[in-house]
Amino acid sequence: MRSPICPENAALLEISREFRVTHMQTTDQTLDEILTLAAAHFKVPREKLSPDADFFKALGIDSLQTLDLLTRLENHFHVELPDYELQGVTDFRTLAAKIQARL
Amino acid sequence: MGEKQFRGQALSWQVQGGVIELALHRAPCNELGSLSLGELEQFASALDDLEKDASALILFSELKCGFCAGADLRELYERSQAMEKAEAARGVRDFLERIHRVLNRIDTAPLTTIAAVHGVTFGGGFELALVCDLIIADKMARFCFPELRLGLIPGFGGIPRLKRDLGNAVVRDLLLTGRSFNATKAQQIGLVSQVVSEGEALRAARATAAQIGKFDRQTAVAAKQFIKPVPHDELRREIDVFCELFSRPAVQAGLRRFVESTDAQPYLP
Repeated sequence: MRSPICPENAALLEISREFRVTHMQTTDQTLDEILTLAAAHFKVPREKLSPDADFFKALGIDSLQTLDLLTRLENHFHVELPDYELQGVTDFRTLAAKIQARL
Repeated sequence: MGEKQFRGQALSWQVQGGVIELALHRAPCNELGSLSLGELEQFASALDDLEKDASALILFSELKCGFCAGADLRELYERSQAMEKAEAARGVRDFLERIHRVLNRIDTAPLTTIAAVHGVTFGGGFELALVCDLIIADKMARFCFPELRLGLIPGFGGIPRLKRDLGNAVVRDLLLTGRSFNATKAQQIGLVSQVVSEGEALRAARATAAQIGKFDRQTAVAAKQFIKPVPHDELRREIDVFCELFSRPAVQAGLRRFVESTDAQPYLP
């Protein structure tokens, strides 16, 4: 059974997505959504995730879970993120900038 | 005479309500090695009997990680290390010939075949899904042909089948960049027929199979034979190209790097 995002966080993410669609999304907003999504899905307290943290360590994820995160981010932001653009990216802030470039 | 029900170490099958369900369940992520191939061959033999009572076949994975992570590269590396070069090359060709026979059998089965996929659907796993008439994906499915990182091309019929079903430009993009792509993209390019919520692919495949069962079987078989030719010449050529590439030292180095990798994206060069 895969772990779903809890309804409260799912509702917040949806509101956030709608906001992004109707307003110009900033990199800080993108970063905030990534942190909220990652915390909810990988069951890590949101306050323990900092923008410059190594997300592999902070989330404790392996290669399969990295693919899972990539797909969740693509689905959430409605973007396509070629794997090679994320090679070597380890912190949330750089990840947000990569996504921002494709919004 | 084939078995109506089977529970093996790598896969299982059963027939229920005119639908054959073939489930993959070999940890860690249904890697296709000699064990899986042996059981797939048993399934191919059993199909002659199973398909008499069925109109559809559903392939799916029971594992959380995904549909299938592809060929068992660890086994390929270890076996080729333990053999003389010529013997390893013969072993690889024999493996490819055998898996092509199985996949061609499923490809041409007088059934409507559905791959219900989720999560990792990479390399040989992607090629296994491609033998099916329809692919139904949950929104977390991810597809990739990562073989070039090893100095190889896909060897289980992936390129000819993808070219048969989609445009050559799509094949080049996936093959030459080695990037993975999600279910939404797969549906946009025409690879996936339905994208469903997380965990819902098998349910959607069963609903589709139930609908398929309402059609006249003979008509459905005639329609499939008309619309879905097997690209035999290209499949033969694929085996030859794979074996030519496999003989190069770079492939052993690539396999070793992959087997020893602790990288977060081991499928990238």
